[in-house]
Amino acid sequence: MTVELLYWDGCPSHPEARELLEEVLRERGLDVEIRITHVATREEASALRFPGSPTIRVDGRDIDPSGADEPPSLSCRIYRLPDGRVSPIPSREQLEEALA
Amino acid sequence: MSLTLATEAPPFDLPGVDGQNHSLDDYADAPILAVVWSCNHCPYVIAWEGRMKALQAEYGDRGFRLVAINSNDAESHPADSFDAMKERAREQEFNFDYLRDEDQTAARAYGPERTPEVFLFDRNRRLVYHGAIDDNREEDAVGERYVRDAIEALLADQDPPVSETPPVGCTVKWKG
Repeated sequence: MTVELLYWDGCPSHPEARELLEEVLRERGLDVEIRITHVATREEASALRFPGSPTIRVDGRDIDPSGADEPPSLSCRIYRLPDGRVSPIPSREQLEEALA
Repeated sequence: MSLTLATEAPPFDLPGVDGQNHSLDDYADAPILAVVWSCNHCPYVIAWEGRMKALQAEYGDRGFRLVAINSNDAESHPADSFDAMKERAREQEFNFDYLRDEDQTAARAYGPERTPEVFLFDRNRRLVYHGAIDDNREEDAVGERYVRDAIEALLADQDPPVSETPPVGCTVKWKG
């Protein structure tokens, strides 16, 4: 299994997202190294199909497919939580589902 | 560079989503004015938007005015265009003015780094608080209500208990 976290440092959400991702990996007993990629330019965002920060992919698949095809952008990504609220990081449930 | 405390509010005259222009002087009667850098696309703004409306609703009858300004480059972030602002304000039934700073003049004068970012001015339009609305984007987890506490203090002719906090949110999207 490969787990990637791509982030842009203009958005403050990536440390919290990484912490949650590590927590979920630990809880599921998955000893996987997270590949961290810093996206710094629009060109890199385009090349990496980066729809916003943070973006998390498991085996190359975005954990939130609904937002994966948004245009490449150096911005904070919007995640929709199960209760309908908006968040700058994915929900625990989204991560658990992607790692199942 | 952001305004420093006690600095006078720089003037602005910007188009609003209501089709009217709004200048700093238009708010002269308000004893407390919050100028909030905002936008459409940022999840942090969306998280705090309800609390912006709540502040205006709760303190509006005591003269408090909140005005939101979006200076983001709409070329790189089309969701922040003036048309999208009008739609957002209508959908969310904003009870505050939402202004477009297309050429980023106001942003250069105030120097916000993030959205949302609050500049709170007293009756003399001196900056008395600058920073976040409160200490958590999750409303249920809020401990310190910086802007609310500052408004309460000003209404009681006191200084805000906290005058500066780091704003948390998306960076302002500068042109070029």
